[in-house]
Amino acid sequence: MFEPHKIKEDFPILKRKINGHSLVYFDNAATSQKPIQVIETVREFYEKHNANVHRAIHTLSQEATELYERAHEEVARFINARGMEEIIFVRGATEAVNLIAYSYGLRNLGQGDEVLVSLMEHHSNIVPWEVTSKIKGFKVRYIDVKSDGTLDYESLEQTISEKTKIVSITHVSNVTGVINDIKRIAKIAHEHGALLVVDGAQSVPHMPVDVKDLDADFLVFSGHKMLAPTGIGVLYGKIDLLKEMEPFQGGGEMIREVSFNPAMGHCNISWNDLPWKFEAGTPDIGGGIGLMAAVRYLRGLGMDDVYRHECDLTGYALKRMQELKKIKIYGPLEIKGKCGIIPFNMEGFDSHDVALFLDSYGIMIRSGYHCAQPLHQRLNIPSSARVSFYIYNTRDEIDRFIEVLKELEQL
Amino acid sequence: MVNIEDYIARIEETCGEEKHFIVFLKHEKKDEALAKILKRAQIERSISSVIFELNFRGVPLRAYVSGKILVRNLKDKNALLGILSELLQ
Repeated sequence: MFEPHKIKEDFPILKRKINGHSLVYFDNAATSQKPIQVIETVREFYEKHNANVHRAIHTLSQEATELYERAHEEVARFINARGMEEIIFVRGATEAVNLIAYSYGLRNLGQGDEVLVSLMEHHSNIVPWEVTSKIKGFKVRYIDVKSDGTLDYESLEQTISEKTKIVSITHVSNVTGVINDIKRIAKIAHEHGALLVVDGAQSVPHMPVDVKDLDADFLVFSGHKMLAPTGIGVLYGKIDLLKEMEPFQGGGEMIREVSFNPAMGHCNISWNDLPWKFEAGTPDIGGGIGLMAAVRYLRGLGMDDVYRHECDLTGYALKRMQELKKIKIYGPLEIKGKCGIIPFNMEGFDSHDVALFLDSYGIMIRSGYHCAQPLHQRLNIPSSARVSFYIYNTRDEIDRFIEVLKELEQL
Repeated sequence: MVNIEDYIARIEETCGEEKHFIVFLKHEKKDEALAKILKRAQIERSISSVIFELNFRGVPLRAYVSGKILVRNLKDKNALLGILSELLQ
């Protein structure tokens, strides 16, 4: 049985009072809070096992290496990848998209090629493609979004062509919570010979994600949105693609050999095995081990139950929010095809006023563009307030949120 | 001449089409700063003593007792600093 009140007890920060009120944290799409199990795991690593990985033969290094490699294996199992060779630890989803754009894009894309993204993307799935397109001369094209915030699949069909080499799209919108049909998009992309990059930053923390079932060529996500520390994230890639790709960054750890050739006056370099070929320099070992603890915590809850709980909260919040007279909710008003994110505005207030007012009552929400300016432009919204839920949120907290908004309505 | 840095921890431009500023008052000085601001600006209305809608020389402000002030419709940050200097005198 899923018990959010009990889960909440695992999160020390949620015991805080803000401005004299119990903390209600509804900014989970930005980052999640961390359970004591993750905090203790990271602390234990630094207290007992800290050393560099893959470098030394002493006991501590051996322990750190085993933990770090196990973290890759557990993340692989969490998303049903075939093994840790397909799991590259990066700083976050942003770095992962950049890795694909630079490592794959710079070598395989050029004049006449196209990359498709959608208008609902986070800036992190737009900017890397726009930047590399300027270097290589390929074109970035945009799949339209309907006025209800859902993806326009007809626009996808119309925009994709034999020129399309990559479709890079979010699994779940970080603004509306709309869930895209990735299996359908994968089929369309692959029929046109394009690769599919999936931004899983808002899906992997909240629902079961199976990369084999989705048939994604790449999947990126951030640890900090799924209970892990900041600074750790994941790039999943199909092994055949990763084998063909050149490294993103050079340095220690990612090489097998750097031998100086005196006759030629340069070094001959060969790459390390996967996934280390893409993890140059000393990695965020503590972060990776923290991510393993987070994955264990979520697996313990069961991702089906996590998703069901968030659907329940979202449905309840949507129903209660519609009691308000001055509210405008964006995106679908039904839970079908939607995750635990609700953007809205209050008549007579801009989104920042709403966020500041709620903050005065200890309720943390986000306001602004949420790093998705093109979607706001498409929906003709100057900015939006956003609530986003996670495992420790409750219906009681939503009731409090509604009561405060009712008070704001009176101003 | 007041040094506004004594009262202000940080100023941020809001993210969104509307370009407003949010002034974060230093926690330990927020009550003193708010008292000064409420004295100098015109209070148009308030709700639950949590939020004060103010006007200062035609510039609309919303001050929160949590120590944050939303300032609208300003040309740039210099204009904001000028207003804050006057309000915090």
